[in-house]
Amino acid sequence: MKDIFKIIYLTILLSITVHQVKAEEKLDLLKTDWSFKGLFGKFDRGALQRGYQVYTEVCASCHSMKYLSYRNLSEKGGPEFSIEQAKAIAASFEVTDGPNDDGEMFQRPAKLSDKFVMPYGNIKEAQAANGGAYPPDMSVLAKARSGGVDYIYSVLLGYEDPPSGVTLDDGVYYNKYMYGNKIKMSQPLYDGSVEYSDGTEATEEQMAKDVVTFLMWTAEPHLEARHKMGFKAILYLIVLTILVYFSMKKIWSRIESKV
Amino acid sequence: MSDHEYVPKSKFGKWFNDRLPLLTLSNHLTDYPTPKNLNYWWTFGGILTFCLITQIVTGLTLAMHYIAHADLAFESVEHIMRDVNYGWLIRYIHSNGASMFFLAVYIHIFRSLFYGSYKSPREMIWIIGIIIYLLMMAAAFMGYVLPWGQMSFWGATVITNLFSAIPFIGEGIVQWLWGGYSVDNPTLTRFFTLHYLIPFLILGLVVLHIWALHVPGNNNPIGIDIQKPSKDTVPFHPYIVIKDGFALLMFMIVFAFFVFYSPNILGHADNYIEANPMVTPPHIVPEWYLLPFYAILRSIPDKLMGVIAMLSAILILAALPWLDTSKIRSAVFRPLYKQFYWILVLDVIILGYVGAMPAEGLYLLVARVATAYYFIHFLIILPILGFKEKTMPIPLSITEPVLQDLSTIKKESLN
Repeated sequence: MKDIFKIIYLTILLSITVHQVKAEEKLDLLKTDWSFKGLFGKFDRGALQRGYQVYTEVCASCHSMKYLSYRNLSEKGGPEFSIEQAKAIAASFEVTDGPNDDGEMFQRPAKLSDKFVMPYGNIKEAQAANGGAYPPDMSVLAKARSGGVDYIYSVLLGYEDPPSGVTLDDGVYYNKYMYGNKIKMSQPLYDGSVEYSDGTEATEEQMAKDVVTFLMWTAEPHLEARHKMGFKAILYLIVLTILVYFSMKKIWSRIESKV
Repeated sequence: MSDHEYVPKSKFGKWFNDRLPLLTLSNHLTDYPTPKNLNYWWTFGGILTFCLITQIVTGLTLAMHYIAHADLAFESVEHIMRDVNYGWLIRYIHSNGASMFFLAVYIHIFRSLFYGSYKSPREMIWIIGIIIYLLMMAAAFMGYVLPWGQMSFWGATVITNLFSAIPFIGEGIVQWLWGGYSVDNPTLTRFFTLHYLIPFLILGLVVLHIWALHVPGNNNPIGIDIQKPSKDTVPFHPYIVIKDGFALLMFMIVFAFFVFYSPNILGHADNYIEANPMVTPPHIVPEWYLLPFYAILRSIPDKLMGVIAMLSAILILAALPWLDTSKIRSAVFRPLYKQFYWILVLDVIILGYVGAMPAEGLYLLVARVATAYYFIHFLIILPILGFKEKTMPIPLSITEPVLQDLSTIKKESLN
């Protein structure tokens, strides 16, 4: 028996050392306090609305969001714009519809039921406009990167001058958190890139936090409902488990055997 | 089934039971004499049945909304996550349910290894179990392909390519599996069909698994044959039902934590990127529950030998009742086997760990040593142990092990 513990102890020790060696090679991601983490985590409504503004004014010129519809903006658990606001937002975009009775395609203002308008017609067009790199669709981006929201937040704030000895091609930028440190997206956020209507100061960190909160919502639109239901479900299970435990004790006491 | 003489009370019940003895069967199930000393490691059979039913029910619901087409699959999953009522809940139960299923099956298998449940007369239960486990792996692998993310696509490419290692006909087999010259829409539709089929095969085998169990009855922690029914047994209902129910609820709490609070932690981020045949992910890794076998596969430099080693690692389990030569079932009375058992557990965990790491340098070395040990355990240590090991005396019954040890034996030796 003692040998087993010795072996287990040594393995744990070994894996900790391996982890530390690896941790030294890897840069820690920037952390910030996300309101949507934890058992009762909820989105900050203001951050979602500001985040949507940053997305539309900065990101949307290159990044599509093809799984979102304008109606989502007014749905519960999201930015919760009023229906009128969401309609107005939708109407500010033009979509191609048709064919009409004459067999022709036509332009009309978007409706709540329309998907977010894409910046490019197809992937090739997007690549051609961005030096060969395809700006990824942002609908589920927060779940599609290891490190998730912390990673995206870090990349947004991770631009710096390349260290001496690193030469960059035209249209390539240095980012200390990006995989391989080279990124084809120029720094998207600068202090004051957008003007918030609610009076929040549009610092780089603030905008990054807001837009990443927004991205978490687009990736996981039912997160709030999930957390709420999870708490109830687990509480229910715990109470039921306790009741069943005492029933079990009672039943087994008939044959005076421990359970 | 010892209770053929069961007679239903009502007239209709008797009429029905004479024609279809379902009531006799249910009577057998409730009265089924079960060893009273079963510990909580024995509750995972019931938990696994729950997992299977959960996967089937959520899977049916998902299949109503999922579209098995290379251009639409990813989008249809997002549709389920966003627009289908409680679609996110159903999908997260299904995807985490697969992991929970494997967690439970590994505990179930290792319980069997510890208490020698695979030994005579329970070989058939064990072998059916191994077939179920193989089918589970096939179902899980194909299910992982269905969302058509990057890991789906590249995982499918890597695993199906293993068949190309077969000499002469390998390439042909791979193209036959793909239904084309690469993993594409025909592959996806056939994987969907098989993914839908396999759970029902498993369900049928589970019935056989339980049937085979009810012939000799349950093994138990001290691994002795039990007179049934006797002082050593309790009827399945209510004693085992309530205990299994309690354990199932505990399991469901863990399950719920994953589903509601970290539904994606067991998956890979790359699977939220739509499949792209032009971009290979930097590390292609299978789901956590297949990692030990993935490590064995990669630890052999030759592709064909690697595939053979990986398959043997699973199939060797089917031969276990004959590889283990010890007459004593439970590790409780086998001091040496107990130590080797824990080393094996550790070995499999190490294999799982290195399976998740790139196959190079120290990791590869560790993987090779661990792979070698895995086979040494089953092929060399277990057969020899049965002859060399000095086992402890086993009690004659569950109820009187202490009595047996102290009073009876002493008296007998005095006489």
